[in-house]
Amino acid sequence: MNKTREPLVHISRRDTLPWYKAWGIRAAAIAAALVVCAVITTLLTGENPIEVYAAMIDGNFGTSRRIWVLLQNVAMLLIVSLAVTPAFKMRFWNIGGEGQIMMGCLATAACMICLPGVVPNWLLIIIMVIASATAGGIWGLIPAFFKAKWNTNETLFTLMMNYVATQLVAFFIIIWESPKGSGHVGIINADSQIGWFPTIGGNKYMLNVLIVAVITAAMYVYLKYTKHGYEISVVGESERTARYVGIKVERVIMRTMIISGALCGITGLLLVAGTDHTITTTLSASRGFTAVMVSWLAKFSPIFMVFTSLLIEFLGRGASEIATDFGLNEAFGDILTGVILFFIIGCEFFITYRLHFRKSAAHEAKEAAENV
Amino acid sequence: MFDFIAFIPRAVTQGVPLMLGSTGETLTQKSGNLNLGLPGVMYVGAICGVIGSFIYETGTPAESINGFLAVMIPLLSCLAGSLLMGLLYCFLTVTLRANQNVTGLAMTTFGVGFGNFFGGSLIKLTDSEVPSIALSATSSYFKATLPFADKLGWFGEIFLSYGMLAYIAIVIAIISSYFLKRTRPGLNLRAVGEDPATADAAGINVTRYKYKATCIGCMIAGLGGLYYVMDYSSGIWSNDAFGDRGWLAIALVIFTMWRPAVGIVASILFGGLYILYLFIPTGTNLAVKELYKMLPYLVTIAVLIIVSLKKSRENQPPAHLGLSYFREER
Repeated sequence: MNKTREPLVHISRRDTLPWYKAWGIRAAAIAAALVVCAVITTLLTGENPIEVYAAMIDGNFGTSRRIWVLLQNVAMLLIVSLAVTPAFKMRFWNIGGEGQIMMGCLATAACMICLPGVVPNWLLIIIMVIASATAGGIWGLIPAFFKAKWNTNETLFTLMMNYVATQLVAFFIIIWESPKGSGHVGIINADSQIGWFPTIGGNKYMLNVLIVAVITAAMYVYLKYTKHGYEISVVGESERTARYVGIKVERVIMRTMIISGALCGITGLLLVAGTDHTITTTLSASRGFTAVMVSWLAKFSPIFMVFTSLLIEFLGRGASEIATDFGLNEAFGDILTGVILFFIIGCEFFITYRLHFRKSAAHEAKEAAENV
Repeated sequence: MFDFIAFIPRAVTQGVPLMLGSTGETLTQKSGNLNLGLPGVMYVGAICGVIGSFIYETGTPAESINGFLAVMIPLLSCLAGSLLMGLLYCFLTVTLRANQNVTGLAMTTFGVGFGNFFGGSLIKLTDSEVPSIALSATSSYFKATLPFADKLGWFGEIFLSYGMLAYIAIVIAIISSYFLKRTRPGLNLRAVGEDPATADAAGINVTRYKYKATCIGCMIAGLGGLYYVMDYSSGIWSNDAFGDRGWLAIALVIFTMWRPAVGIVASILFGGLYILYLFIPTGTNLAVKELYKMLPYLVTIAVLIIVSLKKSRENQPPAHLGLSYFREER
């Protein structure tokens, strides 16, 4: 008799699953997560979970204003997710989206505060676009340069750059504060509305949503059908292969991070000039971090990112609606988002790997009998 | 004249949470796990201590509060909370081989949300009649110093004016340093972080080491959160007050080049940089103070760059940092 102990579970890599099966597993994980979230909510509020979800839907879609706010938030999260995606595809962990957004905000606000009266409004807006993209791009280029030249760890570098940017913004907020001593910048150009994006049909969110829709399509094409997109995926798969086929890896890394940073900068532009018309250190609202998860959950596909960012924003908004209804803290949304993320992160395992359970002795005996 | 006697104790109290956080994260990273969930873990550690202590303190009349229980209850609930976070991280990244960056960021979202939620809703959830969470009794036990400390002038002020967790933090850092450098399990742990395939071939149980290092690391980091709320802020919880200290602790790990003993001095230095703006005479120019707050991050970036330039073999991050290990994919 063989004495080797056979483990209960044996794991092996699967062949690629057909997409509908993979997404079936993900949908099942989300469903399971929603059940767990409902249980948590019920335990904390003592309410019927169905009513809780009704409150969440009402919080998101209850009035046309709420729908627009949801669309705006989805658009903002989506554009940051799109921004970090090309970097992720080449395995460059850009978690500095936050700082790149802040630099975009800063550049936009600087133009809006310093340039009125110097240049006409239409030229100002063009300058704002260029300035914000450049500021974000430079903030992305710095870690990329060191990564490309000396292989400096980009995860930690970009992370640190976030706080440098935040403090820079804090510095300028005090310089620009109005009224003096308040610690806020207030609404910039509140009377003249110089540098504000035009509103389409009286809706201040419409233009932002349209811009992001265009960028989504452009990013899809860029990643899938252009030479740049191809180079990014080769570098991501294997740097050695990329070098062998003659791709200049350093250049691809730096170029891609400029694009990534510039798009984050544009997000800052949309936030400052499009909707908020002011600058605070929390304007980007951790989107740089959330975007990492959104992009990864969508498997770096711009189309699926629309759904994942909708899911995250829906949960966040819905949970804060529950929190207001029951007098709980706003941070409830983060807990629910966290739980759902854990489930989705965990379920990837079952898409990539396959479990073989040890067959019981009786089962083996039966099989042996059949084979005889 | 720069007031060192006032400055150093404040730098130390700022530095202790960072010291505990970075010691925990160093152990974790030595096993090859880049735990970006550290800020979340520290929040969870802090709030679990607060919850335990809050229930004990509001449920017990003031005169019958037992000093031993008042310390042990928050301490154990803090350790339990951060242990659970560590287990969650390991389950997802080691057992299920999920991406470490994404898991870590999700844990930070969850942990910070968890802390703020219970911090903001604890009073309502427990139906108590206090206006805010102020655990002064528990805090007084955590902050207790040696009885003769304040009689020793500047010496007592600089070396003996801290609560017990500060000294525990230093002891933990020294033990971790000894463990990593001088013991066989420490050597095995470093092997796991550098090259899990080789470690596996040498008969080291990679999964077990990763689990143990990460869970113990998370528990140490959780203590940092507990120190912050019980000692530094005198038992008063306010949402988001902990701020970005968790990220700063991760920065410290790089700054110290994965050496917990260096972390003792480095965290006090970082603590000093963090509050330096309070001691710099800038007159009415408040804006410059914001630039001073940038210093810890700039210093970390500089270290990161210098290390990658020098490429000396001792000062590199663990080679397998951030990657999952799957035996059959070698």
